[in-house]
Order: sequence, then C-alpha cells, then structure tokens
Amino acid sequence: MSTTLELPATQAPSARLRDRLVRVAEAATTPLVPADYLDLFAPLRSGADLRGRIEQVHPETRDAATILIRPGADWAGHVPGQYVRIGIDVDGVRQWRAYSLTHGPRRDGRIAITVKAVPDGLVSNHLVHEARPGTLVHLEQAAGEFVLPDPGEGGHAKLLFVTAGSGITPVIGMLRNLFPSTDEGVLRTERLAHRDQHSAPDIVVIHVAPSHPDSIFIRDLEALGEAGAIRLVARYDDQHGLLDLADLETWVPDLQERRTFACGPAGLLDALQAHHQERGLTVTTEHFRTARVEPGEGGTITFADGKTLEADGATPILDAAETAGVLMPSGCRMGICFGCVLPLKEGAVRDLRNGEITTAVAGESRHVLVQTCISAAAGACHLDH
Amino acid sequence: MTAIQKKSDNPIAHLTPEDIEQLGRELDAIRQDVLDSRGADDAAYIRKVIKTQRGLELGSRAVLLFSVFPPAWVLGTAGLSVSKILENMEIGHNVLHGQWDWMRDPKIHSTTWEWDFATPAAQWQHSHNQIHHTYTNVIGKDNDLGYGIMRVDEDQRWSPFHLAQPLWCFLNAVFFEYGIAAYDLDLGATIKKKKLKDPDFQRRAKEVLAKVRKQATKDYVVHPLLSLPTGSFLPTVLANFTANTVRNLWGNSVILCGHFPEGVETFEKRSIEGETRGEWYLRQMLGAANISGSKAMHIMSGNLSHQIEHHLFPDLPSNRYAEIAPKVKALFDKYELTYCARPFPQQVYSAWHKVFRLSLPNGWLATTNVKNAPQQLKLLYAMSTKGPKVRRAAQARLTQEARRKEAAKSKAAEKETVAA
Ligand SMILES: Cc1cc2nc3c(=O)[nH]c(=O)nc-3n(C[C@H](O)[C@H](O)[C@H](O)COP(=O)(O)OP(=O)(O)OC[C@H]3O[C@@H](n4cnc5c(N)ncnc54)[C@H](O)[C@@H]3O)c2cc1C
Ligand code: FES
Repeated sequence: MSTTLELPATQAPSARLRDRLVRVAEAATTPLVPADYLDLFAPLRSGADLRGRIEQVHPETRDAATILIRPGADWAGHVPGQYVRIGIDVDGVRQWRAYSLTHGPRRDGRIAITVKAVPDGLVSNHLVHEARPGTLVHLEQAAGEFVLPDPGEGGHAKLLFVTAGSGITPVIGMLRNLFPSTDEGVLRTERLAHRDQHSAPDIVVIHVAPSHPDSIFIRDLEALGEAGAIRLVARYDDQHGLLDLADLETWVPDLQERRTFACGPAGLLDALQAHHQERGLTVTTEHFRTARVEPGEGGTITFADGKTLEADGATPILDAAETAGVLMPSGCRMGICFGCVLPLKEGAVRDLRNGEITTAVAGESRHVLVQTCISAAAGACHLDH
Repeated sequence: MTAIQKKSDNPIAHLTPEDIEQLGRELDAIRQDVLDSRGADDAAYIRKVIKTQRGLELGSRAVLLFSVFPPAWVLGTAGLSVSKILENMEIGHNVLHGQWDWMRDPKIHSTTWEWDFATPAAQWQHSHNQIHHTYTNVIGKDNDLGYGIMRVDEDQRWSPFHLAQPLWCFLNAVFFEYGIAAYDLDLGATIKKKKLKDPDFQRRAKEVLAKVRKQATKDYVVHPLLSLPTGSFLPTVLANFTANTVRNLWGNSVILCGHFPEGVETFEKRSIEGETRGEWYLRQMLGAANISGSKAMHIMSGNLSHQIEHHLFPDLPSNRYAEIAPKVKALFDKYELTYCARPFPQQVYSAWHKVFRLSLPNGWLATTNVKNAPQQLKLLYAMSTKGPKVRRAAQARLTQEARRKEAAKSKAAEKETVAA
C-alpha cells in the first residue's frame, strides 16, 4: 500500500509545481501564450510548433537543389521514403508543399529535401532559386506509406525501383539508408546488419530523365551501380528516346520475382500500373501531384456534413449556400469585415471583385481561408463548415 | 453637421450617378494596385512590428520588476504604454480587420487573434467591422456615432442626458477599454429593453467578464506579485494602471478624430437603400477625417491617422495607407470633394468642441445672448425637467428662431458685399 501511495507522492510535487508555473506564465502573458514570447528567442525549442531552419541550399542540377534543414527539437524522425510537408512564405504568403526526404535518419539530426523547380511552380522555384540559409520554415512530422517493407518479413529480397525526374527523391532516401557508404551522415541501421549477413537486397533501379546533366542524384546512382549495390538502368530521353514499358522485361527478366516501387509523373505511374496489372503484379507508387485544381465557372459546393449544392460562377458562395438553407457566418456581405471567412479544403474560388482565383489542393496546400461573400465557386469546392 | 441629404449646400449635389460610379472604379484601381504589389516586404513589416512590440513589452515589464526605483518606474511605464498602444492600434485593430489574412499565417489572422483589450476580439469584430464599417455615419444605423452615450450630430435627438455628455466623453476616454466592451455588448440597449436574461446576451457577457478578469489579473495581480521581491508591488500596479490609462486616452482621442471633427458628413438611413459600390465609397470618403503628422504619429495611431483610406479599404495592410493617401487625395480634388485632414491637436479640439456644442439643444447657443440668458436658461431647465412634449415644442421654437437669425445674418452680409 505504501508503494502505491509513494509513487504519486514523489512525482506529484514537481509535476504540480510545473503545472503551477505554466499557469502563472499563462496568466502573465494573456491574451497571448508564453510560447508567443519564447518563439522570439527559440523557435526550434522543444514544445514549440514544429519548425525548421534552412542551413544550406546546395544546387544539384540547373533547376534542382537540395535544402538541408535543421528541424525543431520535437522532430520525431522518419522512415526513408517518407515525405515532410513544409510551410514556407513565398511573397509573404504561407504555402504548404510535400517533399520527399532524401536521406535516411542522419547522425547530425538534419533532414534534407531535394526540389526540382517546375515551370511556373511557385514554391519549387522559390526553394531552388531564392531560399536562403537562416530562413525559418514550418514543418509537419514525416508521413507517407512509400517505404520499404519490414526486412523481418523477408520484405525486400528483390526490388525494382522505377523513377522518373524528381521521382528519384524518395528512392535515393531509401538507397542512401541501405548503403551508407555513399553518405557519411547515415546511421548504421538494423537493415544494414541484415546486409552483413548476406541478405542484402537485390535491387534494380530504372531511372528516367530528360538528359544526363538534368538527372538529379545521377552521380550517387552511378556510384551505387559501380559498387555493385544496385543495377542501374538509366534512360535519357535525349539519348534513348521516350521510355517504352514494353522494354521493361528485357531489362528486368526476373520482373515477376520483384516488388516494384515507382515514383514519377502521373502518366508513367498509370502506364506502369496497367502494365503490371496485365501481368498480375502489383506496384507501390508515390504521386507527387495528387489532384489538380483547374478553375472553371461555378461548381458543386460540398459542406463538412456532406450536404452539396450547385452554384454558378457569378453568385457568391454565401448567397448560394443561404439560398440552399445552409446556416452561414456573415457580416457586411461586401468583402470588408471578414465575418464570413470559412476554410476551403479543396477546390477553387474566384474573387468576384477582381477575378482572382484562389485554389486549395487537398493534402497539399492545407485549407485556405476564403471570404464567402465575395467568392464564387470556380469548380468543385469543399468547405469545412 | 447635419445629414448630408438635408443640407442646403449638399457637397455631393454636383456629382452625377455616372461620376460616382467612375469614382468607384478609380478607387477600385487604387486597391488593385496595392493587392498586386502586396508581398514579402509587407509581411516583413507586420512581423517586425509584432516582434518590436513583444520585445518592448518584455523589456518594460522586466524593468518594472524594479519599479520601486523611480527611474525604473518611469522607463517601464513609458515602455509599457507605448507597447500597449502598438498592440492595440497598429497590430490588434488591423489584424482583426483581416488586413494580414492574405499571409495565411494562422498566428497573424483575424480568426485567431486576441488582443490586450477588455473586449473579446470576436465581439469587437462584430460591432466594429460588420456594423460600423458597413453603415459608417448612417444616423440610426452606425452606433459609433456617439457610442449611444453622446450626441455628435444635429440630427440625433437631444435629451437631458446629453447635458452631461462632456463628462460621459471624458469618462469614456479614461475607461475606454471598458466602455468599448460595454458598447460591443450593447449593454445600454439591453438594459433599456430589459433583455438582461437573454441567453445570448448572458453568454456574451460571460465572455466579456472572463476576458476582463484575465486582463486585470495579469496587470494588477500577476505582474505586481512578480515585482514583490524588490518591494515593487504597488509601483507595478500603478505602472500598469497608468499604461492602460495612457493607452485608453490615446486610443480614444485617435478614434474621436476619425469621425467626430467638423467637416465629417453623416447620412440618412433612407439614403443607403440600394447603395451602389460607388456610393458606398463616396460615403466612406466623406464620413471620415484624417490626422496629418509624422510617421511616428501614423504608426502610433495604427495608421488610423489615415482614417479616410482605412474606411475606403479596411482590408488593405495599414502600412500601405500612407502611400495611397496622395492618390486618394487627388480623387477628392478631381471630384471637388473636401478631404478632411488636420493635425492632431486641431482634430481633437474639433471633436471635443462638437461634444460640448451638441450637449445643448440645437439652436440654443445661437439664440442666446447676454440679455435673454435668464429666459434661455429657464427654457433649458424646462426642456430638461419636463416631458418630451415640452421638449419637442421648445425645440421647434429654438430651431425656428435660429433659422430666422441665420437668414437675417446672411441678408446683412449680402447687403454688405453689394455695398462694397
Ligand atoms: C508526397 C509528395 C512528395 C513530393 N516530393 C517531391 C520531391 O521530393 N521533390 C520535388 O521537387 N517535388 C516533390 N513533390 C511535389 C511538390 O510537392 C510540389 O507539388 C512541386 O514542388 C510543385 O510545387 P510549386 O509550388 O512549385 O508548383 P505550383 O505553383 O503549385 O504549380 C505550378 C504549375 O506546375 C504544375 N505542377 C505542379 N506540381 C508539379 C509536378 N510535381 N510535376 C509537374 N508539374 C507540376 C502545376 O500543375 C502548375 O501548372 C512531392 C509531392 C508529393 C505529394
Ligand atoms: S461578410 Fe463581411 S467580408 Fe464577407
């Protein structure tokens, strides 16, 4: 009995003291919170919103760069192949995008992403050409299912990776983690121990790129190939013409025995999926662009409770929703009071005052807050309300 | 002033509906210019202001830990006053207007911000953004015209309560944050309508009380207690009270300057039925007054020194008002309208002058001279103590007499000019 009493008795005072101190700090800083002041000095501390500081921007090709980030103290680590969502201010506006982590867990605790600037791409161009060391970025914990199966389950004895363009990024993360000789910062992992016991995975990488100089991580891939860690089949559009999947079995005769992972443009992934399906095989894919939002005129508005309504391109969402009997927050109804702001989870809206389009891509841009009184649907819209 | 529609020399009579719509388009273009160039520099500006304010607050509060020493008290109190003013004016007011929502930073957003002021942000947003900014200076719709405790327009009916309005105005200035909280709660009207039991009112009242309690605990309990070890408990209480009062007086003065000085127009309720965007703009142009002055004046007033620009474009970032002011002024000139801008002391004087002037019934001052003073005082006494019927009759007489006098005066002036 005394032991059960003792435990809380020894723990409680310090815990209670901490609680009390926190409450005093909160009472001293209201209506802000202590974190608002601490953030001025230590934005990466434990307990803060997850952030990171860019430490290095290293060019890989003409239009790609690796960004080395020191994550905040609460970064929980990742499995190679996973991605991190990054929030960065471009022209003063917070934008969120996902980028694959291109290293395994590193001894120095840093994380790295490699970004390819896509034409007209807002965030990718900013990261590649404008981002400067010292910049604070916002992070979410790593996520994603594009990871190697647990080796304990006999998982990756024979693997095939098909990568195109920047689609190499999650795969290079896995490879660097498996073969640390190509990367000094990598920890020795359990998987490595397996390799030492002659259970090293047999890996083929088919990498597609527009040209050799445009190919991100090509030196790493070639080094891995020379060392015998992987068998590399590099296909360059300018040398070999466009990739034809019909050739796949000539490069990989034992395709049937392999587990396929693929990352690249949607067209390639779709074709590969069809190709494998025909042969009764499965393929694990990673899409960099899940859904595209092409603004149109009017569209279906969906609410959180599943209610939907059709709105035309000239009627404010507020009016359309109220006409349909949805209870909406509102105020001035003319765009000045911000009393009608709602989160747009997915879709596009048009500002009726100047035609400006605002889009939200599910899982990519996070929700975007829009004023419903001056916004009309510009395509299907999902409102979190 | 009198509602613009009733004026003999209506200052917008010369504008055709087409003029007004053209004016609206030109203002839209000014807005669009700012939207197109809004970006990283603006974001950096507000972040810098926030960082400066928080640093200043931390520093001042640290100094106040030793406020038993007079120099520390003076320094800490001055710093805290400036910090509270910045927090309310250039940061709080403008963030709550949604001026920085475009940054999509959840920490600097109109839907998440809470300020160092008694009234809860959401309640203020309703009465300020939704009511005042939409119905600016429309008599009977915009409660900001006198906040329900003052008469600031000839067209607002006089009642004996207004005799003491200079006192109300002064008390409201000193306890501004509580005045605003009561105002946002619609306390006066709720008491009058005997709706104190209304569940919605009760919920909002609870929110206000919770906020007031937290604010007061911070300023008058927690920080003084932290100062206790140096024996600075009472000096810290006093420092916080002083800083809150300085902020109250300053905020109140800036706000009086925005709509009450002479030269600002008011509007009849009828006039805004079916109002077009151009007409709304025009009402905002004439319904606000600017304070001319230095950059420091603009920042410390939360750029409400550019009240006209703010009322035209309440959602544009405040740091851009100064830059568009000349363009807006040029439109006033082009459309032959009066841009009401004066230095701070003049605007404050003008507003207070109006508060004093309108504490008396219309026409009373104009019809009073040394000879008839006793009768006039008797009349005023009757108007104040007898029922509304007497008041109405006396008012009619006063108005008529004042008008007759006015007419005689202008005739005399005419004769003089003819003679000259
Ligand atoms: C799970 C996941 C992992 C990702 N990992 C990486 C990575 O490691 N490296 C990397 O560079 N990117 C990666 N991306 C893509 C990245 O998130 C952005 O979509 C990409 O950088 C483009 O963003 P942007 O702001 O520059 O383009 P936007 O301004 O959003 O778009 C501009 C134009 O580019 C087109 N576009 C957008 N994305 C692509 C694309 N991926 N390919 C071709 N055209 C596009 C758009 O349709 C539009 O026309 C990943 C995406 C996901 C979902
Ligand atoms: S209702 Fe006022 S901004 Fe939309």
